Amino acid sequence: MKFAVLQFPASNCDQDAIHALRDVLGQSARYVWHKEKALGDADTVVVPGGFSYGDYLRCGAIARFSPVMQAVKQFADNGGLVLGICNGFQVLTEAGLLPGALVRNRDLQFHCEHIFLKTVTPDSPFTNKIPPGKWLKIPIAHGEGCYFADEETLAKLKANNQILWQYCDANGNLTDTANPNGSLLNIAGICNERRNVAGLMPHPERACESLLGSDDGKWIFESIFAALQNRTAARAA
Amino acid sequence: MKAKIVITPKKAVVDPQGKTVRNALEQMGYQGVAAVHVGKYIEIELAPGTDKTAAQQALNDAAHKFLSNPIIEDYKLEIE
Repeated sequence: MKFAVLQFPASNCDQDAIHALRDVLGQSARYVWHKEKALGDADTVVVPGGFSYGDYLRCGAIARFSPVMQAVKQFADNGGLVLGICNGFQVLTEAGLLPGALVRNRDLQFHCEHIFLKTVTPDSPFTNKIPPGKWLKIPIAHGEGCYFADEETLAKLKANNQILWQYCDANGNLTDTANPNGSLLNIAGICNERRNVAGLMPHPERACESLLGSDDGKWIFESIFAALQNRTAARAA
Repeated sequence: MKAKIVITPKKAVVDPQGKTVRNALEQMGYQGVAAVHVGKYIEIELAPGTDKTAAQQALNDAAHKFLSNPIIEDYKLEIE
């Protein structure tokens, strides 16, 4: 599998993503600088976490207009898989590739901790391998991760099964105390209607080795690998 | 000529910053503050001789597309 990991000025999880994909999961992964206009032969694009362009104006607002994001739009339009993590999620919502927006955490604090995620549906290239009933223990590190969308958008997300992950407690309950940032419906991650673009605030790339406290993040990447394998098999058939 | 753009959070969006400022004002003894909304102010200096109507149109476009996020924010544009 070939992964392209974008790099904007002030991205800071690009190396974590490359390490997880290349060194831990044994995939081919390379950096793509924000000024590039093409993504090469990538199967999947990872928009990493960080503070692209200093988070100036709004998180992700400036990154969205960078040359590489035009290529990512094209890539997504052609059905390519795109995963936005943390700031990457913010960039994808600003770019209109995912609905809604991410605003300041309700308690105004930056949260850096492990949380639990309930996977709402296995029906996506990002969740198909996650065992049912497995609550993913994954770290978050953000100040503006409170998911917001108007009622109409939320209804659409629910109707189309686009909510992929919700914050839960260690037993899988969707409680308010398990919600670290005030996200509506405890939403931690969603996908687009076509299901090839996903974003989440937690950092699966920082949870791929038990040494780091959890390797549950692997399930998300394993899901992507399986989805890509199925695509290749379908093409060959 | 100057363009002034005031961006405020939409009413439906929870504004913890506004609430915190309101609470602080209350604690300081300022009475009668019903609500506070914290937003952004952007000032754009326009080149001499710029056509006001054209600038208005272009800046509305920019404010809608880039300077504000219509999902969570409202904006007001003034050119003087």
